[in-house]
Amino acid sequence: MSTTEAEVDSLRAEALEALARADGEAEREAWRADWLGRKDGRLTLRLRGLKDAPAEQRAALGKSLNQLKTTLESELEERRESARADALAALSADAALDVSLPGRPQSLGRLHPVTQTMNDCIEAFAEMGFRVFEGPEVEWSRYNFDAVRIPDDHPARDMWDTIWIDTLIEGERQILLRTHTSPNQIRVMEQSEPPVRVIVPGKCYRQEATDATHEWMLTQIEGLAVDEGVRMSDLKGTLYAFARRLFGEDRQIIFHHSYFPFVEPGVEMAIDCFLCRADGSDCRTCHGTGWIEILGAGMVHPEIIENAGYDSSKYTGFAFGVGIERVAMLRWGIEDIRHFYQNDLRFLRQF
Amino acid sequence: MKLPLSWLRDYVDIDLPPAEFAKRVTDAIAEVEGWEVIGEHWDPDLVRVAEVLAVDPHPNADRLVLATVDVGEGPRTVVCGAPNVAAGQKIAFATEGAMLVDGHTGKLSRLKLRAIRGVDSAGMVLSEKELGLSDDHEGILVLPEDSAIGAPLVEAIGDVVFDVSTWANRADLLGIHGFAREVAAITGQPLREPDRSYSPSGRRADEFVSVTIEAPDLCRRFTASIIEGIEMRPSPPWMQQRLMRAGMRPINNVVDVTNYVMLETGQPLHAFDYDLVRGAEIRPRRARPGETLTTLDDVERELDPDMLMICDGDGPVAVAGIMGGGNSEVSESTSTVLLEVANFHPGSIRRTSTQLRLRSEASLRFEKGIGPDLAPYAQERALHLLEQVASGRPAAGLVDSFPTPLPSPRITLPAARIEQVLGIAIDPAEVRRILSALGFDVTESGNAFEVTPPFWRPDVALPDDVIEELIRVHGYEKLPTTVLRGALPEAQPRPLERVRERVRSLAAGLGFQEVISYTLTSGEVLSRVVAPGDEDRSQPMAAANPVASQHSYLRTSLRGALLAAYASNRHHEDAAMRLFEVGVEYLPTEADLPHERPVLCAVLGGQRLERWERPGPERLDFFDAKGAVDALLADLGVEGAFTPEEHYALLSGHTAAVSVGEEAVGVVAQVHPDVAASFDIEEPVFLVELWFEPLTRALPERPDYAPPSRYPEARRDLALLVPSGTPASSLLEVIRSHRARGVRISADVFDEYRGEGVPAGQKSLALALRFQAGDRTLGEKDVVRIEQGLLRRLEQDLGATLRA
Repeated sequence: MSTTEAEVDSLRAEALEALARADGEAEREAWRADWLGRKDGRLTLRLRGLKDAPAEQRAALGKSLNQLKTTLESELEERRESARADALAALSADAALDVSLPGRPQSLGRLHPVTQTMNDCIEAFAEMGFRVFEGPEVEWSRYNFDAVRIPDDHPARDMWDTIWIDTLIEGERQILLRTHTSPNQIRVMEQSEPPVRVIVPGKCYRQEATDATHEWMLTQIEGLAVDEGVRMSDLKGTLYAFARRLFGEDRQIIFHHSYFPFVEPGVEMAIDCFLCRADGSDCRTCHGTGWIEILGAGMVHPEIIENAGYDSSKYTGFAFGVGIERVAMLRWGIEDIRHFYQNDLRFLRQF
Repeated sequence: MKLPLSWLRDYVDIDLPPAEFAKRVTDAIAEVEGWEVIGEHWDPDLVRVAEVLAVDPHPNADRLVLATVDVGEGPRTVVCGAPNVAAGQKIAFATEGAMLVDGHTGKLSRLKLRAIRGVDSAGMVLSEKELGLSDDHEGILVLPEDSAIGAPLVEAIGDVVFDVSTWANRADLLGIHGFAREVAAITGQPLREPDRSYSPSGRRADEFVSVTIEAPDLCRRFTASIIEGIEMRPSPPWMQQRLMRAGMRPINNVVDVTNYVMLETGQPLHAFDYDLVRGAEIRPRRARPGETLTTLDDVERELDPDMLMICDGDGPVAVAGIMGGGNSEVSESTSTVLLEVANFHPGSIRRTSTQLRLRSEASLRFEKGIGPDLAPYAQERALHLLEQVASGRPAAGLVDSFPTPLPSPRITLPAARIEQVLGIAIDPAEVRRILSALGFDVTESGNAFEVTPPFWRPDVALPDDVIEELIRVHGYEKLPTTVLRGALPEAQPRPLERVRERVRSLAAGLGFQEVISYTLTSGEVLSRVVAPGDEDRSQPMAAANPVASQHSYLRTSLRGALLAAYASNRHHEDAAMRLFEVGVEYLPTEADLPHERPVLCAVLGGQRLERWERPGPERLDFFDAKGAVDALLADLGVEGAFTPEEHYALLSGHTAAVSVGEEAVGVVAQVHPDVAASFDIEEPVFLVELWFEPLTRALPERPDYAPPSRYPEARRDLALLVPSGTPASSLLEVIRSHRARGVRISADVFDEYRGEGVPAGQKSLALALRFQAGDRTLGEKDVVRIEQGLLRRLEQDLGATLRA
């Protein structure tokens, strides 16, 4: 099929008009097939028919038809481009999301606040080179009491009201629920040689009426460092780093005198009250003193060092015990210790 | 212990405000738990000491009187209703405007004077209640005779009473004088001694009574004094007031003196009516089998031979160091007193008081350990006071039986030890000052201090005990913060704990909320989840003294706690819940500690949330539980095998044992609906348990690894018909084990179908197969050939046929 220059002009007009009418990608594709289709597009056929054109016109006509093809292709591409731009504009404007709508629910669990706090404590001490050790919750009374210098008839036993196991061994009650993690000082030293630097996390139990600040099941972390040259100032430095790590960089700590049979000297450590900052108000947490007691500590009693088979004139050590619930209560402002083991999701999900 | 500031000030000057005093005491001595200010509201101008000059009847009322009182400004007339007002008394007097506790409402209010039954009153004679001292509104408060007329009452009897908690090894702090010594040491003030002077007369005490200690192991020292001419009466107001401020009830002058001296020195004393002591002899000895004694609290006590008794010629008159007997009690008719001040073995006192369930002020002090030399000291102080307040005439000399006096321990404290323990040195002059102030004897020899603790400090025995004395008085604030030096200990591998913590974190990541439950439970709850025949678990260890009956047994399973938590949360949770706990099962072991077996237990169930966070129609099911196990195991680098099993409390046909390699590592199941219902769970609920010990054993040192293939894998989907009892996993196993010329075949199940189009007794399983060669791209022909071989094998092994 042969073509004339005039026909090229009218083809152009017709094609562009049709393209202008082609709304949507399907129509545009139909238009493309109609005009530029590889088999029987109208322009394709014309190009194929060039060979039939008179030889003297062939070159000029070929040029015109090819120009027309280029024009149609670029017009199509332009239309497509502008349609994409329009669609995106519409997506941003008319189909804009209400981003305040809820996200699609994912199932999310959390670790218990006691576990979280314990992990943070372990991490703080691990950075200072403390290894983790674990010991049994159900314990021999000789480890829980006698080995840490609390003999049977000593009034210091009153400091730990004990839940005993109702099993008699050689006619005696010898098994109890450990009242503190301190028996592990002995267990660790029995199993190792200095240097010792361990923390012992775990549950402890007290035969005790519960109230907002007392629970019969509690969680402690015990610390023990024994080596040549371990000083009470190291204890203070270690606990200072711990306090700042858990309660903020500007925390201050003080020691005051206390008594635990397994340490000498024995102290309690308090941190400055970060809630009232000792402003003299009627602070519920520090009772206006400006200081919050958080743990007991001291230098390991030389008899305990000796009983472990270490030379107490050479080796010294420190030990401390932290109540995890107390730390967690302070961190989050939890008002009642009894929340921890009620397993109420409305409580647990907040941490 | 109650510590009245006014009493402390007898022995040491204190001018610190209460808060500052409390802080310094807490830092170095003992913990001040609080304090009460007495007379906080007494205006010094409006509430003063006055004397009653005369008492006359009220002209218009029988139950009122007109008292003429003098507050130092001439006589004034006051209307008074108190029955005990009498001329000559010193009383507390308030004038208009004073802040007082209203006798009726109990609230603080300002005094407004008005005429009472037609007679104007110039002020008010006050009761303890109006002063806020007690609830006593019966009579007026009578002040000590030597109170100065016109003095502000707050100066006369105002006080601060500190509540102090002391230590289990410090009996000396349970004496006000001992406490004053500590205060003197921390403030640098001198310590004054109580007056212990008295005038002995008449026969010697040992002519009245003999003392024979028959149990010297339990009774280390026994002193007795005799006081004749005792006039029994109430003790004077100043003594009564101090006793009450210290928390003790006044009884009579003799008993009050024993209590007063105990509060002052920390040494308990006991007064016998001498005339009731039979045979003029005292024998501290062990109780005889079957002996009993009715103690002062009117309870008949059964005694046993481990208990130390104070006996006279006939038998027990007191439980040593704990409580006296009614048979020898001082009374109104007493004229001669035998005063016992003794020293007992602390442990024996504690055992006896525990056995008798009888704690007394005396036993609380004895059990902490008292120095034996405190006995004569307290005797002297008591004799001084009995002369004063009971007109007593002490006999000459003490009867003092002290079989084996112990030499004072000498402690050598190398100066270097101070720095070794504390990290700081303390100046030798400061060492001497502190120890001397606390009553220690200290000398220097070479590079060491020779220290002898005073008799009231039996708790100090070692050099480090002395170091504690030094640093607490020197001040813990002087201790610097330093960093631990030296080598780190070797790390011990803790594979189980590592696995446990990894599983714990991932369980939370998979949407399970961690819970922590009480580890003691009831036998009833355990019986719901533990098979009666499970030897490890059906005989849990019992607490001898549980805090409550629902916490009587150490749990041998976590399942009960998790199901209970699920049920209680179901009251306020509409949608799916996933809970887990990591804990131990306490499995009894003969004559040993239990095996604490670490496990994870999880429960899940309920309606999955739909897009709008509301419970949708689809419920969590067995495969959610199993999927969680798959994920937990995959995280550890292993794959579990699931095989049907029967388990107590779990629904048969919906229970799988989980194993990894040869190890049984857990269980996944639907909880039996009857068991769920016993926890008030009325919906399908599913359970996962993983056992960390076998799981840790089952883990490979490192997971399998193969480099990713450079060649594409070929995929084919197939539907196979198999007998309906054939587990899908058996098809997968056959496929995994099938070898075909270096081609690895893996498969996933993507559908299970029974019903139309599938013959009865069969099911259709859809499998997605993947073929992978390590050395070439597989062509269509290769895949068809391998697939046909695989199908023949599946047919042979499992009777599987291609579904048309």
